[in-house]
Amino acid sequence: MPKLPIYMDYHATTPVDPRVIETMLPYFTLESGKFGNAASRNHVFGWRAEEAVETAREEIAQLIGAVDEKTGQPDSKSIVFTSGATESDNLALKGVAEFYREKGNHIITSKIEHKAILDTCKRLEKEGFEVTYLDVDKHGMVQPEQVAAAMTDKTILVSLMLANNEVGTINPLAEIGKLTRAKGVLLHSDAVQGIGKVPFDVNAMHVDLASLTAHKMYGPKGVGALYVRRSKPRVRLTAQMDGGGHERGLRSGTLNVPGIVGFGKAAELMRTEGKAENERIRGQRDRLHALIGKRVDEITLNGHPTERLPGNLNVSFNFVEGEALMMAIKDVAVSSGSACTSASLEPSYVLRALGIGEEAAHSSIRFGLGRFTTDEEIDYVADLVSRQVGKLREMSPLYEMHKEGIDLKSVQWAAH
Amino acid sequence: MAYSEKVIDHTENPRNVGTLDKNDDAVGTGLVGAPACGDVMRLQIKVGDDGKIADAKFKTFGCGSAIASSSLATEWLKGKSLDEAEAIKNTQIVEELNLPPVKIHCSVLAEDAIKSAIADYRAKQAARKSAT
Repeated sequence: MPKLPIYMDYHATTPVDPRVIETMLPYFTLESGKFGNAASRNHVFGWRAEEAVETAREEIAQLIGAVDEKTGQPDSKSIVFTSGATESDNLALKGVAEFYREKGNHIITSKIEHKAILDTCKRLEKEGFEVTYLDVDKHGMVQPEQVAAAMTDKTILVSLMLANNEVGTINPLAEIGKLTRAKGVLLHSDAVQGIGKVPFDVNAMHVDLASLTAHKMYGPKGVGALYVRRSKPRVRLTAQMDGGGHERGLRSGTLNVPGIVGFGKAAELMRTEGKAENERIRGQRDRLHALIGKRVDEITLNGHPTERLPGNLNVSFNFVEGEALMMAIKDVAVSSGSACTSASLEPSYVLRALGIGEEAAHSSIRFGLGRFTTDEEIDYVADLVSRQVGKLREMSPLYEMHKEGIDLKSVQWAAH
Repeated sequence: MAYSEKVIDHTENPRNVGTLDKNDDAVGTGLVGAPACGDVMRLQIKVGDDGKIADAKFKTFGCGSAIASSSLATEWLKGKSLDEAEAIKNTQIVEELNLPPVKIHCSVLAEDAIKSAIADYRAKQAARKSAT
């Protein structure tokens, strides 16, 4: 019996790796002499903090392939630290929009981006920008041809996520990057879910800006970064935070040194251990899917069958409501696209954009596996879910009607 | 969101889950809600010769609060006359289960299900009378 409760919501956040915490601790205290302000240029406390920040910058640059193409050295200056991916997304979109306004006012994104992108785009629309929200296919993928067709002479930026946070689908960024680069349009990617988990290389993929965050990769919350390409092309941004001119003027504010140190360590662990880890997680994910599939009929996989995050399993358990299932497996932390779990009381906009139907969205559960997921947990969760789905279906009028051969789509429901 | 103990109790140990014969003249069936909205309740009553509700069963597709609301409704219905049953208000369910504002619609659905089941029973009785 595994220790309860079990965490299977790694897309929401990840626990901090103990090795990361250990690396961070000295940067808080007087005894270590490393608590200084990285912007203090004239004493050793500042120098130590700055040195640690620079090491982290290099690690993060290396993880995403932000290296000088001639020397192969990490281009650490391309990493701008922020408070997290929401800030990075805001800085990328608003910063590019403001700086390149004379060049054009058109931005392309997709309907299943994170709210940090979508709501920033909504804001820019109010300010006179035009935004194209691309549809996604039934798996949640944007096709390069759609991007090619949407670009106009006014397009300044394309922003597409590396991998989706709900269904885990990976976008073909390398193909898209070829198109944007040829057109002289900047490509931004909210890469938080995919970093270290799926291939991501800003040079190979022609990505010009990328949003990252530490807490999705076993680092601390409250620290993120924006990659800003420095050459071919040199990306310019208008800062969105005014103040002391930190981060080469792009993001004022005293650096969160312990957080950044932790982010750097997390990036190093991802770079050195990620490959083996992802293979293990992918195997566990596939086993969880297979074990549930063996015992439960009428389930559908949401997202792409193969092009998906290794730790993501998003399944609709037909005839069972997602929040009720979450309650029934309350010792296992997962997430659902059901309306009842959202503040808006609308089912997931991501699942609806895939065209899977509101019923299926209400019945969806997202399992998120990660570094500390054990095989024992997989067995336990598969068994518990299978039993509880069975129990809830015994209680479901829809399952009974389905078993009687009634086509639920033919029923005249009184929508409320 | 944290659930009240009563909601948890009803979802873990739902009362009166099941199906009554919808073709039985003594049975009234109410089916309310829609799958696209995320909740469907089916509530059935069986009325005895004394005019009181002898049995009540439910099946619900919906969140924990929807399951709990319908489970509670079946408990309350048993032994009541139709007029008494019809007087059950969703606010009583909200109070009993400590439902938060976002879950009030679950109690409304339960009230609708009760009224719909009673209406079905009465329509059957009226049809039977006019047939004889």
